[in-house]
Amino acid sequence: MDDCLSKKIEITVSEAEKRTGRNAMNMQETYTAYLIETRAVESQNEGQCSPVDSLWRRYSEFELLRNYLLVTYPHIVVPPLPEKRADFVWHKLSADNMDPDFVERRRIGLENFLLRVASHPFLCRDNIFYSFLTQEGGWKEMVNETGFQLKADSRLKALNATFRVKNPDKRFTELKHYSDELQSVISHLLRVRARVADRLYGVYKVHGNYGRVFSEWSAIEKEMGDGLQSAGHHMDVYAASIDDILEEEEHYADQLKEYLFYAEALRAVCRKHELMQYDLEMAAQDLTSKKQQCEELATGTVRTFSLKGMTSKLFGQETPEQREAKIKVLEEQIQEGEEQLKSKNLEGRDFVKSAWADIERFKEQKNHDLKEALISYAVMQISMCKKGIQVWTNAKECFSKM
Amino acid sequence: QDLSLPNGTPVDTSSPASSSSLLNRLQLDDDLDGETRDLFVTVDDPKKHVCTMETYITYRVTTKTTRAEFDLPEYSVRRRYQDFDWLRNKLEESQPTHLIPPLPEKFVVKGVVDRFSEEFVETRRKALDKFLKRITDHPVLSFNEHFNVFLTAKDLNAYKKQGMALLSKMGESVKYVTGGYKLRSRPLEFAAIGEYLDTFSLKLGTIDRIAQRIIKEQLEYLVELREYGPVYSTWGGLEVELAEPLEGVSACIGNCCTALEELSEDMSEDFLPVLREYILYSESMKNVLKKRDQVQAEYEAKLEAVALKKEDRPKVPTDVEKCQDRVECFNADLKADMERWQNNKRQDFRQLLMGMADKNIQYYEKCLTAWESIIPLLQDKPETK
Repeated sequence: MDDCLSKKIEITVSEAEKRTGRNAMNMQETYTAYLIETRAVESQNEGQCSPVDSLWRRYSEFELLRNYLLVTYPHIVVPPLPEKRADFVWHKLSADNMDPDFVERRRIGLENFLLRVASHPFLCRDNIFYSFLTQEGGWKEMVNETGFQLKADSRLKALNATFRVKNPDKRFTELKHYSDELQSVISHLLRVRARVADRLYGVYKVHGNYGRVFSEWSAIEKEMGDGLQSAGHHMDVYAASIDDILEEEEHYADQLKEYLFYAEALRAVCRKHELMQYDLEMAAQDLTSKKQQCEELATGTVRTFSLKGMTSKLFGQETPEQREAKIKVLEEQIQEGEEQLKSKNLEGRDFVKSAWADIERFKEQKNHDLKEALISYAVMQISMCKKGIQVWTNAKECFSKM
Repeated sequence: QDLSLPNGTPVDTSSPASSSSLLNRLQLDDDLDGETRDLFVTVDDPKKHVCTMETYITYRVTTKTTRAEFDLPEYSVRRRYQDFDWLRNKLEESQPTHLIPPLPEKFVVKGVVDRFSEEFVETRRKALDKFLKRITDHPVLSFNEHFNVFLTAKDLNAYKKQGMALLSKMGESVKYVTGGYKLRSRPLEFAAIGEYLDTFSLKLGTIDRIAQRIIKEQLEYLVELREYGPVYSTWGGLEVELAEPLEGVSACIGNCCTALEELSEDMSEDFLPVLREYILYSESMKNVLKKRDQVQAEYEAKLEAVALKKEDRPKVPTDVEKCQDRVECFNADLKADMERWQNNKRQDFRQLLMGMADKNIQYYEKCLTAWESIIPLLQDKPETK
């Protein structure tokens, strides 16, 4: 991990800017561009202030980068991007992509994505990634030149493999179930949390009405007036405090969302394994059937029904020369097949080994991150409780002076 | 003229005139501290009675006193709501110049409330207890004959029936309101009281609505929380290392739910009823003010009538004098009661609002404890297990 990119350079997504431009269909569009700044770490340690390199990228470029990484490193659990559209919103939050709060949270999410990639032992070494950070012009062309889109597995092929694979590694099957359930439970959690936030907002805001009525009431009172008035002020403070509290909680929600999307990345690795395994099984099956054919031709026994066998019975046998030729072809194919099977087997085993290593790395990261997230959530709740106690204690004191 | 004993002991409390002059002479303090207090009344021990015709609740009314007006030092009787209602009506009739404390609402408007539920009965009991205590603290009302009977009689119903006959016999001139007289000018202080009460009950109404809204929002928040907590538990079931922390968060949220439920219940049972009581109080006080206006109007009308007659009588006719007396007594009683009421109101609201603040503090403290206790659990390293 020592030569991870994250140790060598400092990466930040420091700004977001609204831009207008023309899209592929030459229609005007508004989008947000994000400023990526990089600075070498080493020279900082030496006491020098190294220059900052920067370039602007938009969300679609991040997507392109990620898709490239997904195809190029199918055995890696590739870090996810922050959500494309605002989801799991509660009424005060805007679902608008242009909303400044959403843009701000996305900026943080994009920075997080880059940091995750930069601290990954393999991903950080990728050239395309490095160029993404440092090369403003021509990067898109560079990515497309890798031809990664062609290497991508078709979704249909993958789905087919998932259904038909016979002997996938049990660990991947379990992992698949786990990621499905993780997705489901985190989605549920985020949905309910949004509703909870909404309701809590309502409770706090209604208390603001006390502020107004206490003020009005204090106007007709002599001795009680001051106490009421100042208590009312504290009610206003209470009502206003919820905005900051819930904004902080959004960061917690974002942390959960990251792992919601990570679940999808896990699934992708499992799918790749299923695909490779299925491929392997098909190749093995093919080889077996060819061997059988060969045997049948050589010995003349027909073990299995085949249309060729039937037709040859009906319309006459083939000549020994023809048979010889066929056997030769098959033997060649069998040899090829065996070599292919060997390499596929090796590939498969390598994949499983390296994928599983990354999955273990991911598990540790997940456990660590989520624990931290829960702790920060608890700390937020504690802070909220303390604020509540403070405000009501202040109000109580005002009431006591009535 | 009605007289009183030289030592100031009230003699005939059925005549308002005497009581108010006594009041002025004795200068009784509303702040009766424990040493000077000689009458203690408590309402407790609600019991359900199931009869063929109806089902109802009775409350035990316990009295401890050293007053000469009571034959015994201690009494314990059972009374039901309609007995309290009867008492209040009697007090209104016999002490029209005084502010009579309110009773909790007679009918339960919202059909959802169960008349015999523990919460409802307890809320009512507290209100009835407050009602009697307020009368006990009143220097005039506490000596009222009907109040005495209410506290002491074994068979109140018999007295009630008797009392009806007695009323018509004695001709208690409780019907002050002769009606139809137009008031010339309301004295500034009573006009001010009227305006104050109008605004006061308006503001209380607003506070009542806000409090209800808060309770409603809290309950809706609670509904969501109750779904929220268990999801962490479900998640914990999927995990290995995170299982305990997630379970801990789930339990924590559960504790907060319980705390919130308690807060909402407390507000419903303790806060709202007192607000409503004071709104009722204001209403009945405004009625007393109206009566006072009527008495003044009658006096002014009669005075005018005499002036118009242009008779050169040396003295003013007795009934006009009586009217003047009534006005002055009424004004004095009302003024004194208003002062007492203002003071009590300040204390009551001070207590009520401090109580509300307290309940909220307790709620947050419970939640704080819950969240603080799981921090070590969350930070726990797997190696230490």
